[in-house]
Amino acid sequence: MIKNTENGYGLVAIILHWLMAITLFSLFGLGLYMVELTYYDAWYKGSLDLHKNIGMTLFVVLMLRIVWRLVNTTPKNSDKSASSVEIKAAHYAHIALYALMLVLMLTGYLISTADGRAIDVFGLMQVPAFPFNFANQEDIAGSIHEILAWTLILLSLGHALAALKHHFINKNNTLLRMIKPSHE
Amino acid sequence: MKKALLTTALTTSLLASSLLATIAASSVQAADYKVDVKGAHAFVQFKIKHLGYSWLLGRFNTFDGDFSYDEKSPNNAKISIEIDTKSIDSNHAERDKHLKGKDFLNVSSFPKATFTSSSIKFSDNENAIVTGEFTLKGVTKTISFSVIKIGEGQDPWGGHRTGFSGTTSLKLADYGITYNLGPASTHVEMALHIEGVRI
Repeated sequence: MIKNTENGYGLVAIILHWLMAITLFSLFGLGLYMVELTYYDAWYKGSLDLHKNIGMTLFVVLMLRIVWRLVNTTPKNSDKSASSVEIKAAHYAHIALYALMLVLMLTGYLISTADGRAIDVFGLMQVPAFPFNFANQEDIAGSIHEILAWTLILLSLGHALAALKHHFINKNNTLLRMIKPSHE
Repeated sequence: MKKALLTTALTTSLLASSLLATIAASSVQAADYKVDVKGAHAFVQFKIKHLGYSWLLGRFNTFDGDFSYDEKSPNNAKISIEIDTKSIDSNHAERDKHLKGKDFLNVSSFPKATFTSSSIKFSDNENAIVTGEFTLKGVTKTISFSVIKIGEGQDPWGGHRTGFSGTTSLKLADYGITYNLGPASTHVEMALHIEGVRI
């Protein structure tokens, strides 16, 4: 129930998956919105602070998720009819999603810490900057952050479409097992 | 003839060697200066009101320039300065990123801001009005501002140095920067503090 089994995902993996999915899409929307705000918009400052707070928190969640994935059973492929190309594509897409999330968060951190300032997370803790920085760090990290954000969103849409394809066309439980925790 | 040739070589060739420069400087009436950006005895600073409640200061870290000045004929002085706009530094990366973006300096399209004097008129030994063409964000305007000569003389390392300061107020909208920073922040105060080493 809590942990993954060979046949499906456990509650922890499912909650982590959907929590991150919803949060990432929210951060993407917030990011697109906040860069259009102007100086005299009341939320000009607050939106950026919220984006950073949630992003930094999500990094902790991502670490937990990766650790959980590594120490847990990985469920077997649920689609018996899937070709080896499909299985490989799905596998690498999953790895890419993890890598994208990680680098996306890293570049966000690099923007805000380019001047050596720590990032304040919900007023609870200060995450310090790296002890080094590079020229035009905020610009370079900013450009990469934007490109990766779009890439992640597009790739996760592909991931979602693939899941829907398995559900509606192949009619197997690929999607359902990310909704219903597996029982041994 | 030889002298004239040397001078021509110096002024026309950007690649004039330092040796030629040394010969030229010692044989003609030296009045050309290189702004001491290497030793960072020169500063391009700006300040703008924040919401009308305080001053925000910043600077451009990368720029270069030269000037000519001779106290015997000060009104023949000239100056040109080229500023790397992406070197803006207001001691806050997120703000600098915004300032470099399209809302403000748009540094990817307009990497340089330049000033070239057309006339310099001294009213006494120290005070002058500098007029010239200033280009920022692709907009060129003729601006005038007062400068003051701070000092001149030998340095302890065998060089000869002269320094000036000048300030001017620029209306941001004149240079296509129309982002609303509030009614108190429509103008930016620019300050140039330079020391030149005679070449």
